[in-house]
Formats: sequence, C-alpha cells, structure tokens
Amino acid sequence: MYEFDWSSIPGALPILAKGMSVTLELTLTAIAVGIVWGALLAMARLSGKPWLSWPAATYVNVFRAIPLVMVILWFYLIVPALLQQLLHVQASTDIRMASALVAFSLFESAYYAEIIRAGIQSVPKGQVAAAQALGMPYAQVMRWVVLPQALRNMTPLLLTQAIILFQDTSLVYVIGLADFFGAAYKVGDRDGRLVELLLFAGLIYFVICYAVSWLVKNLQRKSVA
Amino acid sequence: MGYAWNWSVLLSATPSGETTFLGWLLAGLQWTLGLSLAAWLVALIIGTLFGVLRTVPNRWLRGVATTYVEIFRNVPLLVQLFIWYFVLPELLPSTWGSAIKQSDPLMQQFIAAWLCLFCFTGARVCEQVRGGIESLPGGQRNAALALGLTLPQTYRQVLLPMAFRIIVPPLTSEFLNIFKNSAVASTIGLIELSRQAQQLVDYTAQPYEAFIAVTLLYALINVVVMLAMRWVEATTRFPGFVGGR
Amino acid sequence: MRLPRLRFAIACSLVAATVHAQEPGGTLKKIKDSGSITLGHRESSIPFSYYDDKQLVIGYSQEIMLAAVEAVRQQLKLAALQIKLNPVTSQNRISLVQNGTIDIECGSTTNNLERQKQVSFSNSIFVIGTRLLTKKDSGIRDFPDLAGKNVVTTAGTTSERLLRKMNEERKLGLNIISAKDHGESFLTLETGRAVAFMMDDALLYGELAKAKRPGDWTVTGTPQSREVYGCMLRRDDAPFKRVVDDAIGKLMKSGEAEKIYGKWFLNPIPPKGLNLGFPLSDDMKALLRNPNDKAFD
Repeated sequence: MYEFDWSSIPGALPILAKGMSVTLELTLTAIAVGIVWGALLAMARLSGKPWLSWPAATYVNVFRAIPLVMVILWFYLIVPALLQQLLHVQASTDIRMASALVAFSLFESAYYAEIIRAGIQSVPKGQVAAAQALGMPYAQVMRWVVLPQALRNMTPLLLTQAIILFQDTSLVYVIGLADFFGAAYKVGDRDGRLVELLLFAGLIYFVICYAVSWLVKNLQRKSVA
Repeated sequence: MGYAWNWSVLLSATPSGETTFLGWLLAGLQWTLGLSLAAWLVALIIGTLFGVLRTVPNRWLRGVATTYVEIFRNVPLLVQLFIWYFVLPELLPSTWGSAIKQSDPLMQQFIAAWLCLFCFTGARVCEQVRGGIESLPGGQRNAALALGLTLPQTYRQVLLPMAFRIIVPPLTSEFLNIFKNSAVASTIGLIELSRQAQQLVDYTAQPYEAFIAVTLLYALINVVVMLAMRWVEATTRFPGFVGGR
Repeated sequence: MRLPRLRFAIACSLVAATVHAQEPGGTLKKIKDSGSITLGHRESSIPFSYYDDKQLVIGYSQEIMLAAVEAVRQQLKLAALQIKLNPVTSQNRISLVQNGTIDIECGSTTNNLERQKQVSFSNSIFVIGTRLLTKKDSGIRDFPDLAGKNVVTTAGTTSERLLRKMNEERKLGLNIISAKDHGESFLTLETGRAVAFMMDDALLYGELAKAKRPGDWTVTGTPQSREVYGCMLRRDDAPFKRVVDDAIGKLMKSGEAEKIYGKWFLNPIPPKGLNLGFPLSDDMKALLRNPNDKAFD
C-alpha cells in the first residue's frame, strides 16, 4: 500500500502561493479582456451589417473549433515570431506570460461573445423597436435598453464561464509557466511526492470552484426572486 | 530570418523510415477520434444514468449523483488526468499497480485519458439531462404515474424521450468539446493530434506547416460533427413541438 | 470596426514574415537596444541546468552561459545587463531560439549536423555517450536485453531518434515512452513504468542525484553514440557567436572550465548533496585542450 507523506507541502507554500497569483492574474485578465472584446464581437455579429458580422462570426467559430492546448502552443511557438517580424518589438517581456495572457484573452473572448450574444437575444425585440421609435440610434439602444437587461440575464453564465476559465488556466503547463498547478507539479517532481502534490492541487481547485459556484447559485436564486 | 514554406515536408519519410510525416498526422488523428468517440459513448451512458438519479424522489440517490457531478466539474481536466495517470496506479495494491505500469504504455495513456474524459464529460452530460428532465412540465410525470406506469417506465417511455430531444443542441456542444478536450491527453504522452503537431515541429523544423495542418484537421472534425448533429436534431425533432426554433 | 484592421495586420505579418529576409544588427544589437538578454535554461538537466530547491537555475552549463553573458556585457560596454530566464524543453528549445524568444541556450543540447541546419552552436562544452539507466536487479545489461520491454527517453532528444531507429532496424519490439523532460523520464523509470531510461550518460548520473535511493540504480550498456554539447544561438549571427566562442575558449584555456567541471561532477551537488563522481573523460580532456565547435557526426 502507498505510504502518504505530506511533509513537503508546508515548506512549499510560498512557491504554491506564487503559482496561485499567476493563475489569478491569467484568469482575471482573460475575464476582463474577454468580456470587453467579447461584447464588441457579439454586437458586431448582431449588427446586421455583413462586413461586421461576418468577420466576427469567423473569429468566434475559428477559436471555438480549436483545442485550448493548441491555441496556447500557437501563441507561444508561432505567433511571437510573427509579431517580432511585424512590429519589431523587442522580446523584453516574459514571453511565456505575455503569450499566455494573449492566448487566453483572445480564446475566452470567443466564448464570452457567444454568451453575450445569447444574452442580447434574450431581450424582447419589441423593446428595441420601441426604443428606436423614440428616436434612439443603435448605440444608444444597446447602451440604455438592451445591455442592462442582457447583463442581468447572462450574469450566471458569465460567472460559470469564469470558473471554467480558472480551471483551464492549468493548461499553461504545456508551455512551462508555473501557475498553481505547474508549481504543485514541480514541487512534487522535485521532492518525489507527485502523488501528494497532485491530490493537494486537486483539493484546492475543488474548494475554490465549489465555493464560487455555490455563490453563483445563490446569486442566481436571489436575482430570480 | 525569413520563412521558407515547404509543404512537401509532410510527404517526406520520418527518420525511422516506417512512414511519412503525413502518416504520423493521420495516426494522431486516429487516436484523437478513437479516444473522443470511445469516451463520448460512455459519457452519454453514465451522464444519462446520473442525470436521471439527480431527479428521482430518493434523497440518497440524488446525493450520490450530486457528489459525482460536483467532484468532476470542480477540478481542472488536466489535474484529473494526472490523477488518473500518475496517482491511481500508486494507490492500488502494489501488485495491481505494477501490473498496470508494466503494460503497453500506449494502452496506459489511452485508458487513463479515456477514464478521465468520460468521467469529466459525463458530469456535464448529466447536468444537461437533468436540465432537460426538469424543463418538462411536472404534469407529464404525474400523468404517467397516474396511468399506472412504474417510475422506471415513466423515465424510459415518457420523460427521457422528450428530454433528449430538448437537449440535442447543448449535447452537440459537449460532443464538440470532447474532441477539443482530448488534446489534453498529449500531456501524458499519448501521441494524438496536438502531440503530433509538437513532434512534427521538432522533427521537421517546419513549425508553420505542422501547426496549420493540425489546426485544419481539428476544424474539419468540428465541421463534420456539427453537420452530423444537425442531421440528428432534424430527424429527432417532434413535429410542432419542442423543435420550434 | 477593429476586427478588419486586426485581420489586415495578420495578413501583413504573414507577408512580412516571407519578405523580411535578413534582420540587420542581429542578437548583439538586440541586446544592446533592450539592455536585456533572455537565456534558455532547462528545468531538470542535472547537473547541467536545473532548479535547486529554491527554484533558482544552477548547473555546469548555466555557469558557462553566465560567463558568456558577462563577456557580452563587456563587449557591448554596458554598465548593467538585465538577465531574463526562460525554461525550455528538449522539444521546444530549437523553435524558441529560432523564433527569438531566447537569445542563447546552454543546457544539454547536442550539436549535430541535422540541427546545424536550423540553429548555430557555440564552442562545445561537454562530451557524452548515450547509455541506459536501470535498476541494479533489473537484469538489463545492454540494449539487446530491452527487447519487448517498456523503455523511456525524453521527447525531442537525439536519444529518442536513436532509440526509434534502433527499434525499427533491429526489430526489438520496444515500447518507447517519450517523456516531457528528464525529470519526467526518471519518474517514469522510478515508478516502474519503464525498465530503463536511455539518455546521455552524464544526465543519467545527474538523475541519480535526486533518486530516493541512488544505490539502487546503475548506468549500463554500450554507448550508442558519442555527442558534443554546445550552446545554441540563432543561425548566421557571426558577431554574437564570436563573443560566446571566445568566452568559452577563454574558460577552457585558463583552467576555469576544469574548475567548474570539478564543482559539478566531482563534488556534492544540490538537491541532495550527492557526489556524481564522474571524472574527466579523454574526450573532455581533448576538448579542454583544444576548444572547437565541431559536431561528432
């Protein structure tokens, strides 16, 4: 039978905490960029103008067709060379972090765009017609009538997507960035205690995600009531 | 450093000479498809089973199903995979563990990835099935029971056939997800498509060609699955009922 | 509205990628302009380039790389040079040098003719033979004993290519496991998933340095190849290569290189204070006497 030895975890807490800060930085950046860029994409798709809606739809469909692992590798192995040649930027930042931030932001935007599009579509058409009858231009209709209601309808889905994103950031393992999972793996490998560290990482992820999704559920119940 | 495109590299022989690099890609495609389809089949079965359990009157059965869903939804896929692959064999009695570890490595990687994917996806399918059942008017269940059908009969003949038709669109996206999620298996060494992409970059030094080819193959899978599921949706639609989109 | 512009930019960059053939100035100019240099290092190439228990990068190759960086700083007459560290794996190291993510990589990278088509190599820093690590009681003495068994090696290495070729040519029926890095390869061996680990002999001794019971393991088998390690640089960048070559040549001629060798191969090293006891080979002595950048194949 396996003999557990959890003794390497207390000493590794600073490394693990540093990993968690990387995880959170990735998650929060991707949420912020994803929602803004995703909202623009969603509005472009719904604008009814082919030169806007067609590129937006392509963007969303392409990103949703490719595995996240591949997207992360694309942005690490392929895109930096392209950007350097195009913009002549110096590689003065940590390419791993920068490419992961860009990859997650652009990837998540495609998913947020779909959620936001569904949210916008959940607002009855009559309201748009009414607002337009009052003389509001498209941008104002969106800003004052559609988006506030859409936002309320889609908040639970946006938060659920954020939890999925938080979990998915562990995939930066494939480019060797030490997020929480990467840090746990490294410590486990270093101390020959991979079993304990993997179980510990799983437990921490579970506690965080479970707590947040419980909050989301309660929020949902309150907003319905 | 200019880039010299060379698509013909895909047709040249691999160093060990048994096939071409294109052959490697197609082998990777086979693993991706085999793994995803095998996992999807089981995910549908256990997803349905637990989805039903989440809506039955018995509290304990509901509790079991809820626990399953919460565990597999709240731990990252990659962590689950590593636990199946690295941790499970160590926790088994040591004779079993070493028997597993001395078997064909490709089989070990495949089975760990398969277990991981179907448990993970099963939890998501379960939630869709539950949602589908709960969206049916309560009267249907009561009417069926009042007609003298047993609870299993009610599920089999009344609730599930309706629920499944409702949830075809969300199931389609789960089905698409399983192909994308299968790429995670590359991290434990299974040479599916995305691992082949990395291997090709290493062996051919033509990164653009390798990545573009693999990305196109994933896009192709996506399109084929979408068309197939659209056909399923059209043929299972209830005339004048749920499919009123 | 932004989207078409982005697509246009991507289209342009694709064109630029093919049109911009030679970037003037090279790595030295890039380092001078940015005031920083990005070093590629390994995470578990003991004792060449690896993390100690505080996650700092240490090792034989790392010390040589830092000496080269110091020479670059002096050459460019910079008061300070910011050093950025970027971990690489055997599988992505060449791409990362090519795509400009890292400027130089000194770890455990074999200089051979195939790779010279993609990157350039500095003066050599080490000579190895590819052998096997196995349990003392495994009954494995040499490569033919592996027939039909699980063998692990690290993805992207020369050993991986050799093993595949050998398996194909001699029909050994091996199950080859390609792990992400040497640490994962050894984990695969230690947990019983493979009976042997094929790799460069010095790295195999290095893995023993973190084994739970180093005495249980042995390095065995006829060397399947003789290879030299060099630092990897981008191709066609003679000025940068000259600075790095001179720095390494100076280390060797001055006897400094032999001191660094002694520190990592003949003295206790982290993480567990094990002494690898790996004396200078004749090949290594010849290299130290006569620094050069020749591949062995």
